Amino acid sequence: MIRDHFRVCLVDLSKGSMQVLERGGRDQFCGGGGLAAMLFQEFGHVDRPWDDPDQPLIFAIGPLTGYFPLMSKTVCAFKSPYHDQYAESHAGGRSALSMRFGDMDALVIRGRANRLSALAVGARTFELRDVHFLRGRDALSCGRVIRDMFPGSGRRSMLRIGPAGENRCSYACINVDTYRHFGRLGAGAVMGAKNLKALVILGDRGFALPEGKAYPALFKEVYRQLTTTAIMDKYHGLGTAGNVGALNELRALPWRNLQQTHDPDADGITGERMAEDRLLRNAACAGCPVGCIHIGYVREKFQENYQYLYRQVAYDYELIFAVGSMLGVKDSFDALRLMDTVELMGLDVMSTGGALAWATEALEKGLVTEKQTLVPLAFGDAATYMTAIEHLGRNSNEFYTLLSKGTLRAAGVFGGGDFACVLGQEMAGYATGEVFFTAEGLGFRHSHLDSGGYAYDQKHEEQDVESAVDFLVEDEKSRALLCAMVSCLFARGVYSEDLLSEALESVGYGNLAGRLDSMAGNIQRLRWRTRVQTGYDAAEVHIPKRFREVVTWKGPVDDAYMEALREAYARRIMALGAPENAD
Amino acid sequence: MKKLTAARMERCIGCHSCSLACARLVHRQLSWNKAGIRIRSAGGLSTGFQARLCLACNPAPCAEACPSGALSQRRDGGVIQKRKLCIRCGKCAEACPVDAVFLDHEVNPYLCIHCGRCVEFCPHDCLELVEIIPEIVPASQEDAS
Repeated sequence: MIRDHFRVCLVDLSKGSMQVLERGGRDQFCGGGGLAAMLFQEFGHVDRPWDDPDQPLIFAIGPLTGYFPLMSKTVCAFKSPYHDQYAESHAGGRSALSMRFGDMDALVIRGRANRLSALAVGARTFELRDVHFLRGRDALSCGRVIRDMFPGSGRRSMLRIGPAGENRCSYACINVDTYRHFGRLGAGAVMGAKNLKALVILGDRGFALPEGKAYPALFKEVYRQLTTTAIMDKYHGLGTAGNVGALNELRALPWRNLQQTHDPDADGITGERMAEDRLLRNAACAGCPVGCIHIGYVREKFQENYQYLYRQVAYDYELIFAVGSMLGVKDSFDALRLMDTVELMGLDVMSTGGALAWATEALEKGLVTEKQTLVPLAFGDAATYMTAIEHLGRNSNEFYTLLSKGTLRAAGVFGGGDFACVLGQEMAGYATGEVFFTAEGLGFRHSHLDSGGYAYDQKHEEQDVESAVDFLVEDEKSRALLCAMVSCLFARGVYSEDLLSEALESVGYGNLAGRLDSMAGNIQRLRWRTRVQTGYDAAEVHIPKRFREVVTWKGPVDDAYMEALREAYARRIMALGAPENAD
Repeated sequence: MKKLTAARMERCIGCHSCSLACARLVHRQLSWNKAGIRIRSAGGLSTGFQARLCLACNPAPCAEACPSGALSQRRDGGVIQKRKLCIRCGKCAEACPVDAVFLDHEVNPYLCIHCGRCVEFCPHDCLELVEIIPEIVPASQEDAS
């Protein structure tokens, strides 16, 4: 639906009510991440804790959602339980198209339900139902119950949390349509704090398209580029899992809590091995013909006389790194079993892997005991890690409760902060060097997605602080624009600013087409300003010692260079996040 | 005369490109419902996908149920749709044995007209436009009925 304003669905779980609001700002903040930050300014409370019932949980899509291929993601924004500051997480599945066809640019959920509840919203739907009987349920079987409770197969998105979200683990995720996630920074705990076990978004409307041939012709050309050229092959074929072997060879794959960056025996978990031995099929987000979701399987003998069960498990590079190499697990079945357990608990896989890797080293070094870890954590021991993941998700004892608040929280009590692989949150799987460590450590989402720092490390041998920081700031700005549309970042090589302008023009957003640069700047500044208002000080970010000990293909990390990058990038971030009238 | 078949749905990745293409090119809509082909999971996303589309019945129960002539029998199977004649009674959807007719909230029916415009937008070649082979009913069976 083309409109010059935003249509916002505002739900109050405490009252069991909803309202439809109209808001301006389209030509300033576009949608997606820009819209979410704008709505946090209106509905969020910078001075109240993340779990205050009145804090909003925001979902937002963009002006091109559903209109073009790979415009298929949703931005989720909230005050994070991880750092109690403003945060974003992005996911696809059917969520974005369900919101488009549910006739909402954003969904804002406030309040706290009296009992554990499931919410259904859509263009003609609003329903809040008691689901107390799902308390403690894993995220996958919860989905099966919700599917039967709320009709709409093929035109709905189902978001739900596992035990980790109910227990307010700081890195609990929201599972989206089984195979996708709002993974990082604890959106699942925000749902848990709101007593919201599941959210069904029903996309049951359609909208007239603009007259003329420009739109369908442009769609066809974009679709052709995305499906018949080599640009997207790496995502469709091996998928991101192809990075496992490549980064291991490059000496940039974190192994055993980043004690090494290479292992000669990585063959069991490479993308090639996963594809050849474990891949069942590909799947896609709605509106994306690429199909980057790779679904493998685990098979278990549950009884004698050849009685087996199997489960389907989605895998990606980040998952293989997090519960594979980071935990010293080298068998693909073992890695998939761990991913499956993480999925059931509703945890973020990267933080889970990072936290357990730290706990393993802490146990090795005698900082914690088996009385605390309950199981003898050891690199490579998948069966033990499966049990530990359940302990994390279910907060089985004080140690796991603390560890589920973040690795540095546990290290603050037990020591071991030097080897906590935390860059704002547990690291992403790129031990590429100084620029990436700085980018993730300080970046908005503390993620490999804010900017291409990992690629910069690989392309630049020289140490030029200003150039590197300029790159991080400019790359983040261009990605902020894509995340306002809201595009999958895999399409960033296709959706140039020119193409975005053409796409906006073709569907009737000609007024936005000429304002891309100013909108990108607005969004970048507003996101940072919101983050800073909620307590962020980039200058205080500390990059743990373990990252200064890393040896990549370039040799040991240069501590002085990384420190210079950290200081320079922190200054730039704080300037971007300065109050609006600071000039 | 040809008909659209979802011949290789085990390849489907659930991208909805076919539905979106039909809505966009045939009905001038942005929708995954207002289309002659619609994709849904076969009972949860872990079970794969199935397509809802007209199976080109001959005789077509939806055409037989249509009181206004908006739907009429297509020669070798399926129906010809004349939207202007539709009175939006919804009888076609009720009559369809495979739930291939989608009714929007104004009771406008959307169903496959076997034009094949969706085929090129399937990235995994699940769909195919095939020649309808007219069914030859043996005389003995006709007698028996």
